[in-house]
Amino acid sequence: MKNIPISALIGLFFTALYFLGAIFAPLLAPYGVGEVVGNVWEPSSADYLLGTDNIGRDLLSRMIYGGRTTIFIATAATVLSFTLGSVLGFFAAVTGGWVDQALSRFVDLVMSIPTLIFALVVLSVAPVTIPMLILVMGLLDATRVYRLARAVAVDIEVMDYVEAARLRGEKTAWIIFREILPNALSPLIAEMGLRFIFAVLFVSTLSFLGLGVQPPEADWGGIVKENKEGIVYGIPAALIPAFAIATLAISVNLVADWVLNRTTSLKGGRG
Amino acid sequence: MSPIVKLLAQRISLSLLLLLLISVVIFAGTIVLPGDVAQSILGQSATPEALANLRAELGVNDPPVQRYFAWLFGAMQGDLGTALTSGQDIAQALSSRIGNTLFLAFWAAVVAVPLAIFLGLLAVRFKDRWPDKLISAVTLASISIPEFLIGYVLMYFIAVKMRWAPSVAMINDSMSLLEKLHSIALPVAVLTLVVLAHMMRMTRAAILNVMQSAYIETAELKGLNAFQVIYRHAFPNAIAPIVNVVMINLAYLVVGVVVIEVVFVYPGMGQYLVDHVSKRDVPVVQACGLIFAAVYIALNMFADIVAILSNPRLRHPK
Repeated sequence: MKNIPISALIGLFFTALYFLGAIFAPLLAPYGVGEVVGNVWEPSSADYLLGTDNIGRDLLSRMIYGGRTTIFIATAATVLSFTLGSVLGFFAAVTGGWVDQALSRFVDLVMSIPTLIFALVVLSVAPVTIPMLILVMGLLDATRVYRLARAVAVDIEVMDYVEAARLRGEKTAWIIFREILPNALSPLIAEMGLRFIFAVLFVSTLSFLGLGVQPPEADWGGIVKENKEGIVYGIPAALIPAFAIATLAISVNLVADWVLNRTTSLKGGRG
Repeated sequence: MSPIVKLLAQRISLSLLLLLLISVVIFAGTIVLPGDVAQSILGQSATPEALANLRAELGVNDPPVQRYFAWLFGAMQGDLGTALTSGQDIAQALSSRIGNTLFLAFWAAVVAVPLAIFLGLLAVRFKDRWPDKLISAVTLASISIPEFLIGYVLMYFIAVKMRWAPSVAMINDSMSLLEKLHSIALPVAVLTLVVLAHMMRMTRAAILNVMQSAYIETAELKGLNAFQVIYRHAFPNAIAPIVNVVMINLAYLVVGVVVIEVVFVYPGMGQYLVDHVSKRDVPVVQACGLIFAAVYIALNMFADIVAILSNPRLRHPK
């Protein structure tokens, strides 16, 4: 662990900070999430460290609670997409034949529609609730994970130890979870970081468009939306959540970069 | 039939098939999901009669396959149906907005593409020196930042603090080209920044890949200077991958426009789409979704066609 480059350490530090902030939000936030405490768009002061928002709520508290919602949704969507995408990807690689063809062509089809457009089409009829958002994002993102998982698993599937397991008479489930999964873990984990960022950006974009997390619930994209009118009067409140999204994304990126470099060097350049 | 014509015919028919399948997916996406559309439009307090009327109007009572074909044949003849909320003809409402969206995307592409290729070449020329490092750092930052953030940061500093450009991009037909360009300056800048880094990095990777070939070494040994090696020998061989990168990014641009239009209140297709998603106006959303997907597929297809045409092995078969 002592060879962690400085950039990855910075990334790890800030990522941990954001996650801890999300977990302990009720302890950290000075005010309640929907509590009106001051005037509209007060500048930052000792009472309100980041100032107040468009209807006089404490911006710091909203940011902390909003981070909790954003990070929770992004994490849940990432977990869903990884579970589904990697299991199906491994399954396709191990089974081969028409199952592989059918799954892969279907994934190609879904990937040929821009994600945001597809999500908007679905959200125009589906109820916009947090579980629904997680489901839509998770399913759409699972196609990307599927591609990677299948590509990695096809490489592993031809190894001798997989053949040995087959000859021993192991079932498909054993081959997927005991032979392929442990060997495919490192590239998948690096990808997980990138997918998580994508999920954060995506849920923020949806909320910004008014189609994600609904008020009074706070989330970072929604805070930008609520305070965007202030920009024209020179009030930078909307830039604060944007700054938080960017720093979180960059820190996770730094960590993912490091994991990716580390795993490629372990394998002698083969990723 | 020469093999290249055959390849092109295959590629184009594949795209058409894909578009057909996508129309199925988009249509199915709006009916398979749980939730009653009529209920979502009218809300919880709707009377049963109102719900029944709306369902009949939407045609929800007909079998899905029949509705799909009616919609598809209508769309092929340019009839996209009418909007539920305003009763307006969708095709008519879209026609001016498509023009506006393409106008914005076009100018963003005009700025971004040459700039990205030039900076990509620069990064190769100064590989591992500070220009290259700076470029990769900017890339990392820009893929971590959502489009709307870049939009608001620019709006805050350039439009509000320095007053160089208007903060909302309103355009109408009576404006001259120069006035229009001034009013879309900020959205164009944002879109350029959004695609620039990615395009630049992939251009760099494509050229570096070519630079490792033996003929580049020969050119260097001949005594050509670095820019000439890149321009005369590396660039022609990197055209296919670069065009590919450019097209992928243009496709991305067309989608990124959705968010940017909302930020800058620009009267384009993206804003129209987002407006009607929140109003749950399904026919409009389906029509816009289909058009965005068609543009996306067309650009990807165009990239593949250029790749086929620029490959001499396919142009002059043995």
